[in-house]
Amino acid sequence: MTPSLLYAFAGAALCGIGLFGFILISHLLRKLLAFNLMGSGAFLVLVGLAQHRSGPDPVPQALVLTGIVVAIAATALAVVLIRRYYHLSGKTSLEGPAQDTPPDQARGARHE
Amino acid sequence: MNRVLRTSLVASACLAFVAGLAFVIREISATATPVDLPARLAENLGRSGVENPVTAVLLNFRSYDTLLEIGVLVIAGIAGISVARTSSLEDPELRTSDELLYALQRWLIPLMLLLAGYLLWAGSDRPGGAFQAGAVLAASGILMRLGGIPMDFLRPGLMLRLGLSLGFAVFLLVAVASALHGGEFLAYPPELAKTLIVVIETVLTLSIAMVLLALFVSAPVNDAEEPEEGGSG
Amino acid sequence: MTLWLMAGLLFTPLAWAVLTLLAGFRRGRTITWLGIVIQVLVSLALWAVVAGEGGFQYPLGGWQAPLGIELRVDGLAVTFVMLTALVAAASGLHAGFYLDPDKQWHRYFWPLFWFLWAGLNVVWLGNDLFNLYVGLELISLSAVGLVALGGQSEALRAALRYLMAALLGSLAYLLGVALFYGEFGSLSLSGIAFALSQDSAQDGAGFALVLMLFGLALKTALFPMHRWLPPAHGIARSPVSALLSALVVKGSFYIAARLWLELGAPLGSLALAQLLGLLGGMAVFWGGWQALRQPKLKQVVAYSSVAQIGYLFLLFPLTWNTTEVAALQAQQAMTLQVISHALAKAAMFLSAGNLIMSVGSNQVNALAGVSHFLPFSLFSFGLAGVSLMGLPPTGGFAAKWMFLQASLATSQWWWLVVLLGGGLLSAAYVFRVYRASFVEDSNIDHFFHPARRLEIIPMILALLSLGLGLMAEPVLSVMALAFANGEGT
Repeated sequence: MTPSLLYAFAGAALCGIGLFGFILISHLLRKLLAFNLMGSGAFLVLVGLAQHRSGPDPVPQALVLTGIVVAIAATALAVVLIRRYYHLSGKTSLEGPAQDTPPDQARGARHE
Repeated sequence: MNRVLRTSLVASACLAFVAGLAFVIREISATATPVDLPARLAENLGRSGVENPVTAVLLNFRSYDTLLEIGVLVIAGIAGISVARTSSLEDPELRTSDELLYALQRWLIPLMLLLAGYLLWAGSDRPGGAFQAGAVLAASGILMRLGGIPMDFLRPGLMLRLGLSLGFAVFLLVAVASALHGGEFLAYPPELAKTLIVVIETVLTLSIAMVLLALFVSAPVNDAEEPEEGGSG
Repeated sequence: MTLWLMAGLLFTPLAWAVLTLLAGFRRGRTITWLGIVIQVLVSLALWAVVAGEGGFQYPLGGWQAPLGIELRVDGLAVTFVMLTALVAAASGLHAGFYLDPDKQWHRYFWPLFWFLWAGLNVVWLGNDLFNLYVGLELISLSAVGLVALGGQSEALRAALRYLMAALLGSLAYLLGVALFYGEFGSLSLSGIAFALSQDSAQDGAGFALVLMLFGLALKTALFPMHRWLPPAHGIARSPVSALLSALVVKGSFYIAARLWLELGAPLGSLALAQLLGLLGGMAVFWGGWQALRQPKLKQVVAYSSVAQIGYLFLLFPLTWNTTEVAALQAQQAMTLQVISHALAKAAMFLSAGNLIMSVGSNQVNALAGVSHFLPFSLFSFGLAGVSLMGLPPTGGFAAKWMFLQASLATSQWWWLVVLLGGGLLSAAYVFRVYRASFVEDSNIDHFFHPARRLEIIPMILALLSLGLGLMAEPVLSVMALAFANGEGT
């Protein structure tokens, strides 16, 4: 068992924890955090598994950098959509009735 | 009761998933790979134009991935500013007026800009590179915005869109120009590889910072909206 | 020559995305039309090259796989490139007339449209597992951006739901890529297939394949993971719905099919193949049944997509451990089904948009009387429906006929139930829309008449879908072309 392999196992565990959160949590921001946890797990598996035989392997490191940028783009897009959704519907999850609830103007909810 | 049942079901499914994954990782780690990619990479590193193998993979061997990845970032930026339809993204109400922040800013921002520049330059032979530098640059932009320093280029006008697409456009131009020159797409001529990579890294840093900053700034929303086709609204 | 074709194919969409980002809506539209012409010409030329000389591998940047990224340009890939050019051109032209230029957020339609097209081309030509992942994300994020474009909370809700499903699917795929790289030290799909053919004792990779197929099936909205699709496809603008249903879901399916055809034989199992087929069969019935019960017109069309996607998954059981003839038949059937569904569904969504625009309501029941007023759009809708039902001589019929033959040849007769029952259900939901539109006692006496050019585009698509059954022979002969050196299928 090399330390790199330990990273891969930790990555597997992170994936499981993230998946658990992703399925069970309905609050969108926390769901998104769970997704990021899962993503980190996948990156750890990618790097750890490839490096445990012959030491540092630049290819998976580069792949992970690309993957991180993609994950950041997706996360940022999701945050922007979630904020606008919250602003318009006053809800933080996708559950509940499908009808439009009018935005809560009374609270002066222009920015939040 | 129902909730407990659901939680335990999901928990056991996730546990089973982790166990399966760990088992597979152990299986795989016991076998040898048929292809030794790091060795091939080391053989070709000399022709890539940079000494840092990660940068070589990102910007030469697999530069197509990196090009598309910046595309993904630009998409997120576009979708972000398309949702924010404020006339100005610079909103005085959002500024904080914190003495401590002002004082810190005076120290931090020059340092952060310097660090961004260093990270960019370091990318050619050590860990570092466009994305790291861009992230630091964006962070200093966020700090400046919170402190109320006016940044006119963040209005959703031509400047913002130019900034969003600058890095991507230059990368694309280099790709096309390399085809004109050498007959292969994304193949840099070896004597120019270093220069081209540094140019691409620099504009990418600016664009990445711009996209991240624009996404941060575009989160506030106003009420302009579009009803569903044929809907009552 | 090939260099310029590849350049045109991969880089014009990206360059046009930048150009249209810098322009406003109207100028963006003009630029887009120019780009569409280039893309269609380039796709046609590439198709002709492959039809004439066979497929080839194209190393980007001159770096061979596994160090660099190699593209795979074979018959199946160029067939899909051609299909994309056709459907995207139609949707792009339609969108130029359909979207309101005065709403300032519509300008962002063009760059997202071009990024989507770029992502699709990446996926069709991709032969590198990680490159395919980036392509998938390019498609997903631009599709989500298009669904959310200027939307109210319902549209945002649909977009978020879509985004969450797409992200989970991508991660499952990425995890599979990580395991594959750990096992083989290579990301090239043909490289992995080659390594597997040398040494078949690879235990861990089966799990990786299952993970990837799960992620891709989620992104393709295979039953029972389809629930994100109807809201997203139903609520988007009609040209966007057409793109999503016709092309976007096919992207992830295409990768799944490629993986299965390359790696399925050593890594798959009978149970996995039959399970995927079974889920596909259930999708056909469930999607058809739900389409029959939807009150909104576009939801009917969206659930019909869920059903039609189901047919595609019959590919998995029909190519696992079967004779070469039957496997080829199943692949041809899959290709025809993808093409005919893409054409028919794009026609259906575009004409549904016209009908909705005309009566000013998105309910099926509100269509009463529209048959007098908008017979042309209704006719396109019906023609597309005929192809979905699988009546001769449409492309849908040809596809289902070949699936039927492949099922009989592999003596998996149980798929016949799916093929026949699915056709009956599609007939039922298409006729339901027709019945509503022929009701005479309409209270509405003012219909808005969409421009004639908006009606012509869906009609052309519907006619193409109808005629595909007659043109199937040349299309299939190109699709089956492998590489010139005789490697792979």
